[in-house]
Amino acid sequence: MSGSDELESLAGIAVAAALAAGATDAEAWSESSASRQIRVYDGAVESLSDAGSRGIGVRAFVEGRSGYCYGTDLAEDAIAAVAARAHELAQAADEDEFAGLPDEGGTTAVDGLESEAMRQWDTAAKVELALAVDRAARSRPGVSQVEQTVYADSEGSAAIANSKGLAASYSSTAAWSYASAFAGTGDDLMTALGIGLGRDPGALDPEAIGFEAADRALALVGARQPASRRCPVVLDAFVAASFAGFIGAMLSADAVQRGRSLFAGRQGDEVADPAFALTDDGRHPAGPSSAPFDGEGVATRATPLISGGQLAGYLYDTRTGRKGSVASTGNATRGSYRSQPSVGTTNLVLESGTGSLEDLVAQAGDGLYVTDVAGLHSGVNPVSGTFSVGASGRLIEHGELGAPVREITIASDLVSMLRAVTAVGGEARWVPLGGSVRAVPLLIGEMSVAGS
Amino acid sequence: MTLVDPELAQRVLARALAHGGDMAEVYAEDRRGFSLSLDDGRIERPQSGTERGASVRVVSGKATYFGHVDGLEQRSLLDLADSVAQALHGDARQPVTLAAPDRVERHVVVQRPEDVAVGRQAEILRSCDERARSGGSEIAQVAVGYVDERRQVEIYNSDGVAAADDRTRVRLSAQVVARRGGRVETGTQTRGGHAGFELLAHDPELVAQDAARKAVTMLDAVDAPSGRFPVVVGNGFGGVLLHEAVGHGLEADAVHKHASVYAGRIGEQLAHDGVTAYDDGAKPNAWGSDGIDDEGTPTRRTTVIENGVLTSFLYDLQTAREDGTASTGNGRRQSFRHLPLPRMTNTYFAPGDATAEDLIGSIDNGLYAVSFGGGQVEPATGDFVFGVSEGYLIENGRVTAPVRGATLVGNGLQALAAIDGIAGDLDIATGYCGKGGQSVAAGVGQPHVRIRELTVGGTA
Repeated sequence: MSGSDELESLAGIAVAAALAAGATDAEAWSESSASRQIRVYDGAVESLSDAGSRGIGVRAFVEGRSGYCYGTDLAEDAIAAVAARAHELAQAADEDEFAGLPDEGGTTAVDGLESEAMRQWDTAAKVELALAVDRAARSRPGVSQVEQTVYADSEGSAAIANSKGLAASYSSTAAWSYASAFAGTGDDLMTALGIGLGRDPGALDPEAIGFEAADRALALVGARQPASRRCPVVLDAFVAASFAGFIGAMLSADAVQRGRSLFAGRQGDEVADPAFALTDDGRHPAGPSSAPFDGEGVATRATPLISGGQLAGYLYDTRTGRKGSVASTGNATRGSYRSQPSVGTTNLVLESGTGSLEDLVAQAGDGLYVTDVAGLHSGVNPVSGTFSVGASGRLIEHGELGAPVREITIASDLVSMLRAVTAVGGEARWVPLGGSVRAVPLLIGEMSVAGS
Repeated sequence: MTLVDPELAQRVLARALAHGGDMAEVYAEDRRGFSLSLDDGRIERPQSGTERGASVRVVSGKATYFGHVDGLEQRSLLDLADSVAQALHGDARQPVTLAAPDRVERHVVVQRPEDVAVGRQAEILRSCDERARSGGSEIAQVAVGYVDERRQVEIYNSDGVAAADDRTRVRLSAQVVARRGGRVETGTQTRGGHAGFELLAHDPELVAQDAARKAVTMLDAVDAPSGRFPVVVGNGFGGVLLHEAVGHGLEADAVHKHASVYAGRIGEQLAHDGVTAYDDGAKPNAWGSDGIDDEGTPTRRTTVIENGVLTSFLYDLQTAREDGTASTGNGRRQSFRHLPLPRMTNTYFAPGDATAEDLIGSIDNGLYAVSFGGGQVEPATGDFVFGVSEGYLIENGRVTAPVRGATLVGNGLQALAAIDGIAGDLDIATGYCGKGGQSVAAGVGQPHVRIRELTVGGTA
């Protein structure tokens, strides 16, 4: 694994090579990481993986045209070839008056991205952690099997350099674990996930992860299809996170400017109940996607998206910012060096309310508690916001959780749903579904639930 | 091109087995990709890249030890083998002597995409844009994407497998948005194959035209009804239903973990006599085809359902060993950075005797689901949900109004048993299938299929 100083210097070499090839501006992103993954099944290690990865991606500009090329070979001549190819490809693109490097690059100090404690964990200790998750899940009576338990971590560094003189880098660590438990038998077999994440293995509570998977699956055993109804609906934190991820994607200025978002042209509009507030926070100390700078080297920040019930703003990178005559919000994201920057969410934060889950259920009276949705990405129309998604969970009867239900669809449109939020839970947690979301349960006043 | 010569592979495998193991494998890959898109009339985001790397895997009993590195230098391959072997604690084993890998071209590539000047792809994207916009004044936006990929792989294992494959895929996709007042609808279409640029020789603009037609059609859509109805599922991409609701449950890893409703049901009559289904990784130039799978097993056609009876699961080497059978050539992986898993290739129902008109004509009140926006299935129960991206009402034996917002909700076993008509118009569409964090090209297809009754979750 290369250190961040070395990566910064390689990125600088790539920028110089792109300029030498004829680019008017250039940017390079380099990465190096080491990762581990341990899969456990039935009380024994099923697989143990150890991986090293490295690479560089170069974005070359020829005035308003840009091209991108990446490679895994970090030898100087190979980097030069990648840079030259990026320049060559730029000439295939059409001119874009808004394209270019950020006017102002920078970094935000984010504490604790890298945990020193990661190094104190050897492979045997990590295997033991994964086995403990598996044991916890299997210890619950009624759990028929734990399909898989995964522990994974990574340590990595990333660097950026551009022809405006920017050079920056950072290192980070992450560890996460999840288990997928089955409860019931035959046609009544139900499955559910338990998840935990942090900056090092010490941040994970193996029992909590295992019990969560088991308890979520057990709660669904015996589920039947209920009769269709319109009723209050409580979304648990997992489901709220999935919806938040979808909403975040539609608040990308790129989707908005291309007319592919129901939020286009609605800044300042009432789009939600004031109880529902959503922020994108790229520098949250506990955020899995936090970093000092974004994929173009713009300092990360917190951007209110929905606040006081109103649509407060969109997510911008440099290009969409110029097009919209506003500054980048530091939301140029990259999957890796293999992809060029594009607008995306960092960490989405749903503002916490005060009540417990039980309070929301009590407030719902008679309704539905949803713990899983399926087909969200195919079931939501991003332009109109209408959706119809498969769901499972439990009925709410007289303010308490009742019989488990499945094979239901919940339908609404996103804005109607957000305006119908009547209470927001206080128990926040990070959920890696729909991106990276700090989620809370939500009570929706009324939704259409289709069953039999 | 040779990525790793057999002599080096032999040394890597010997080092990987230094502390025991039933099988060791080295998987080397050189992958190159190029993509270009057109959006709002502008060619943008030209991108290319090259990755080279290898992985080493040691299987010992039910456990797998794995590692991968970027780069194919001798030093890093040997270090990788040492690092993987470290996790084992047995006695050294010797791999069998390796020959040079077999190189058989089973999917002919006529025109190599890398030989095509970049301007040519841009031209196709522009003419697609033009064709889509000729679909009328309601066409609001057109996005077209072109991708090609070449993956050269070499696979050696300690049982003597020495195999190579050279895989080229080309795919063109179009997404068109139509607008009428406040109504906005999207239509998509793709064309792709395990083939070269010749795939786009004949009327590539048809892809954009189809997407535009779907978007404009859906502007007239009425809210979908809710309830239980007979459903005719369209050919081509309609096969995603088979892929999701049945195919995933036939993958042997799901079966072994009791995560499949199909476990223990080989030999059982699950569908009517007329229903036969295949997974066919050898289908010439089909999107999900390869010459060999990612463990070096030649691809082939596996009959998974024959005349309604469940006949086979889909195996990779490890699950096949556990069942005392042979791999069906379904050990696939996204790249050298991933472990192989049993995965579908091209999965489809065999054509039947009916016509689409027969199937539709027999229904008084039902739904015609032409294509899906995607879907999800819980393999343990077989429960599925699919969003219908293009669908129509069937009234008195005729296709009438388009519907929006319909979802099909059901159970794979029940849906399979409820198939009561299959047409002859087999077509295979291009999908990407995700499983265990890996995405691979998967062909989904079928002729028109009639399902006696399914739950439709509507918006009306």
